Amino acid sequence: MLSDSDRIFRNLYGFHDVSLKGALKRGAWDGTKFFIDKGHDYIIDEVKKSGLRGRGGAGFPTGLKWSFMPKADARPSYLVINADESEPGSCKDREIMRHDPHLLIEGALLAAFAMRAHTSYIYVRGEYIREREALQRAINEAYDAGLIGRKNVHGWDFDLYVHHGAGAYICGEETAMLESLEGKKGQPRLKPPFPANVGLYGAPTTINNVESIAVVGDILRRGSAWFAELGLPNNTGTKLFQISGHVERPCVVEEEMGIPLRELIDEHCGGVTGGWDNLLAVIPGGSSVRCITAEQAMSATMDFDALAKLGSGLGTAAVIVMDKSTDIIAAIRRISYFYKHESCGQCTPCREGTGWMWRVLERMERGQAEKREIDLLFDVTKQIEGHTICALGDAAAWPVQGLIKHFRPVIEARIDQYQAQHRKEAAE
Amino acid sequence: MAVRRLHPDQPEQFAFTVENTAWAKGVIAKYPEGKQASAIIPLLWRAQEQSGGWLPEPAIRSVCDMLGMAYIRGLEIATFYTMFQLSPVGSKAHVQVCGTTPCMLNGARALVDVCKRRIAEEQHQLSPDGTLSWEEVECIGNCANAPVVQIYKDTYEDLTPATLEAIIDGYEAGKPLKPGSQIGRRASCPAGGPTTLTDASLYDGSVMGAWRQRFAESAPAGVVEVVQPSALASPAHKAAVAEGTSPSSPGGTAPNPAALAALANAGLVKELNARGGGAPLSSDALEKMKSEYAKRPSGGGASTPELLKEPRGKGDDLGLIWGVGDVLARRLNDMGIWHFEQIAKWTPADVAWFEAQMDGFKGRIARDKWIEQCQKLAAGWRPDSAVGERPKG
Repeated sequence: MLSDSDRIFRNLYGFHDVSLKGALKRGAWDGTKFFIDKGHDYIIDEVKKSGLRGRGGAGFPTGLKWSFMPKADARPSYLVINADESEPGSCKDREIMRHDPHLLIEGALLAAFAMRAHTSYIYVRGEYIREREALQRAINEAYDAGLIGRKNVHGWDFDLYVHHGAGAYICGEETAMLESLEGKKGQPRLKPPFPANVGLYGAPTTINNVESIAVVGDILRRGSAWFAELGLPNNTGTKLFQISGHVERPCVVEEEMGIPLRELIDEHCGGVTGGWDNLLAVIPGGSSVRCITAEQAMSATMDFDALAKLGSGLGTAAVIVMDKSTDIIAAIRRISYFYKHESCGQCTPCREGTGWMWRVLERMERGQAEKREIDLLFDVTKQIEGHTICALGDAAAWPVQGLIKHFRPVIEARIDQYQAQHRKEAAE
Repeated sequence: MAVRRLHPDQPEQFAFTVENTAWAKGVIAKYPEGKQASAIIPLLWRAQEQSGGWLPEPAIRSVCDMLGMAYIRGLEIATFYTMFQLSPVGSKAHVQVCGTTPCMLNGARALVDVCKRRIAEEQHQLSPDGTLSWEEVECIGNCANAPVVQIYKDTYEDLTPATLEAIIDGYEAGKPLKPGSQIGRRASCPAGGPTTLTDASLYDGSVMGAWRQRFAESAPAGVVEVVQPSALASPAHKAAVAEGTSPSSPGGTAPNPAALAALANAGLVKELNARGGGAPLSSDALEKMKSEYAKRPSGGGASTPELLKEPRGKGDDLGLIWGVGDVLARRLNDMGIWHFEQIAKWTPADVAWFEAQMDGFKGRIARDKWIEQCQKLAAGWRPDSAVGERPKG
């Protein structure tokens, strides 16, 4: 288990003072000026060396992303922080914003300085109203203390604004977020041009997840080597894991990347409800990834590469555990409904396909389908995947593919049961 | 995509209050010159709050006028973003039940049933007296506290149908209950207390400035920083990753037998340590162990644990071991294991033999402390639950 002294989010549950005073005592805003004096490239280099990969789901190396920003450009640069945490299963950024907001604000200043931006927007999902209020309180404290703002103690003018959405999952996609921030419907943009060239208001922009930004202060203080030593090669550092579903004690917890899933659940959640023999399946990275079977879950480790090799993904490290009482078809059907509801309607394969998949799964849940439709459904998922502007199409297709791959016999048995029942009724 | 339309009955007009107009000016100032359209979501949200929880069409037009936007742009926003309520909601509470899979797994359907019974059969329909309404929403992002509902600004977490009833009662009586977890836990901390962040030195201020020693001028240039090795990922796993034999290796291939054997050996080490009363295992002993392990033909051979064709009298209920369910218990019986005392006297070699028989079992016996559990069970101790009791530590 990760030692407490290696944890970054020391007020994860809000047991301690949330205010600036408390945050200072826990080590935030400590030496920020020292690192800013070391220069833009030092910070980018340290973040690169730490091996930090984006915590929003895709796992793109954060330092590398920052280095794409132009060094001399007449346009202003922007840092946009993605707090539109809407992936089913994910609930980590919420804890950062309401309990450790100063880590985020300090990280925002450091990141903005590294990429030569003077303005940053934090896009908080609309539902997180209390979180937004808590974050704004902390930002006000930072302004009042001269830590950020014009002519602040760090010598880098920096304005940080909280913006919010109003209930659209798609705005978590980086270009949809920019559209939404510009006052439009959240419909993703075609790339290229990438946001680092043409982003918010047509200016160079980097979009990072809350957790990616909030760890920057500690990476600089303790050193990239410390962060890189934690976890596994190419999957370094610590991560907030969120475990929901059928475990004894669901929770959010900071652990080392690459922790065995079994250890994560046993150590922090008191095990699977009814014991590990009662496990049916696990969705290891939020609703967008394919589920893994109980057998795979026994030996899975929680890192980007290992889960990708199981045909799944780490995503946001939102672990959804399902025991044997779960109707797996219903569970995936509900995820399909989610994507149908959240499709922005821009690309036909996604707009039409998500509803189509949901309707077929509704029937399959009852068994009211033909077995050949299973292959047809799989084929349709393949026609959605990769044929849309953004990854929502993929995200909608993968859970269904995972269902068919691992639980085809369950679907077939349901169909058989339905048909037997109706043959009997017809005979009577 | 959700198809959403404006309500047929709309009020005549809308105007922000003086306070809200001043507030709106501050919001617009957050965005660069000429980019005031950015403020549309916050302004519409404030308009919805002012209008009693829903967004009338005159309010959309009013906001568009303030921002210099065409009405159609405002209408697009209002119909696209589902938190904008396009028809009136309950005057005392609009209950938003999260129905997405993590909440569904923990009983969200039962909460929907409560809403149907207490409020109205259909979503977005007002209760007979007009004070309540409800809807099923997509993931609210409180999954570790599922199931949840959101009412206005607050979330109510870790619900049961009974607690939801009490919450609705509270709003009806004009005395809302305290938001947050309804089982008394703090935020998303594990129920019963945190498993982490218990080190008091994190909070006494001693961490402040501690990082500076890395940059102390007395340190000669070029000295390699001393980094405490990670406590978690096992050395065997890290080694396997470095060798490219683990599934976690960058660009590596599927797990190979050598990697699996390495992990099995890691399980062995743990087991030995556990049985040796904490005395560390010498590397010689481990090497001996490994070579014996490797020599054994497919796990069979001379060093098998005691196996019985049939139980001595009546077999023990092996399901009482934490981590052993019906299926596994039957498998143990098939292998000839019927009694707690058989497992209680397993040697490390026996454990290795057993793990070699089973797929995906690496280290599980040590982790779940089977041997300690069986020693207790063989001595007559019984857990409260039929699935056993999780060993401490």
